[in-house]
Amino acid sequence: MFELYILLIFMIVGAIVAVELKDLLSSVIAVGAVGLGLSITFIILKAPDVAITQLVVEILCLIILIRATLKKDLPFSTSGRWLLNTSIILGFVSLFLFAAYKAIGDLPRFGYPIMRVADTYLKQGLAKTGATNIVASVILDYRAYDTLGEATVLFTAVIGVLTLVRRVGRKKINEKVDPEDE
Amino acid sequence: MSKEHEKGMSVIVKTITRLTVGIILLFGIYILSHGHVSPGGGFAGGVIIALSFIHLMLAYGKDAALKRMPKKAISFFEGFGAIMFLAIALLGFTGGYFFLNFLPKGEPFRLFSAGIIPLCNIAISLKVGAGLFAIFIALTLLKFDGGTEGK
Repeated sequence: MFELYILLIFMIVGAIVAVELKDLLSSVIAVGAVGLGLSITFIILKAPDVAITQLVVEILCLIILIRATLKKDLPFSTSGRWLLNTSIILGFVSLFLFAAYKAIGDLPRFGYPIMRVADTYLKQGLAKTGATNIVASVILDYRAYDTLGEATVLFTAVIGVLTLVRRVGRKKINEKVDPEDE
Repeated sequence: MSKEHEKGMSVIVKTITRLTVGIILLFGIYILSHGHVSPGGGFAGGVIIALSFIHLMLAYGKDAALKRMPKKAISFFEGFGAIMFLAIALLGFTGGYFFLNFLPKGEPFRLFSAGIIPLCNIAISLKVGAGLFAIFIALTLLKFDGGTEGK
């Protein structure tokens, strides 16, 4: 437990640094440090599958963020109806806090899950699916609809990015597009 | 010196890349093919495969990476992965319901076990790898016209 607390404090500090820094590149690197802490946390919690995925996605997102944000400024808006915005935020925060207070009271303590559904998966997973990796049997057999939804989300995201970002999509009227930078 | 060696980063980076890029690709294939036996799976394996091509692109420039994995191939793999995943799911109707594990289970701890799960892993890794590489290409090849955008 002790090392978990160290990692949690490290991740919180990294997140605050990432938000507060003015330099965009340093901020992206701070986000990467938070992701590294999270992936080590997954290893300590004995979830190597999630740790591998977290690590590789973190690396890829870091590269994409660095390539996409370097030498570009983000618009920063501070003006506007601050009273309305603040009251809406406060309302939603108190609503979520109330819901979380109600919901968390019913949960078992940390490390003692109910495991009614998971118990079936753990006991019958190997016999029913033949996969020795329980995570694979859950995401691709018991919960395959979920994976299908994730794959659809990613597919839609790729189509959206390619449609918005490619040169043909951003050309002006009557402008010829070089097939090289499509 | 061929034309490929004129672009990209320094000689040190290129030499190291030439040694490591194949190993990264192989590691991705290992992670995805052992997804049902050991920690890993289609998503992580696909991202590692995409990373090997991105690694090549960062070191050698876009031409070297796009020569090995052209845009046509990327869009083919992206669509093929999605359709393969759906087709495996639909084939479950031969036995009764969507996503039925209709293949024989095999012996645990063997590579050829777990029915449709390895096939689903391969489909997902094709989809994820091609999709993430496509997003990376789209974001890096993006050119702004010096502030005249949106006017």
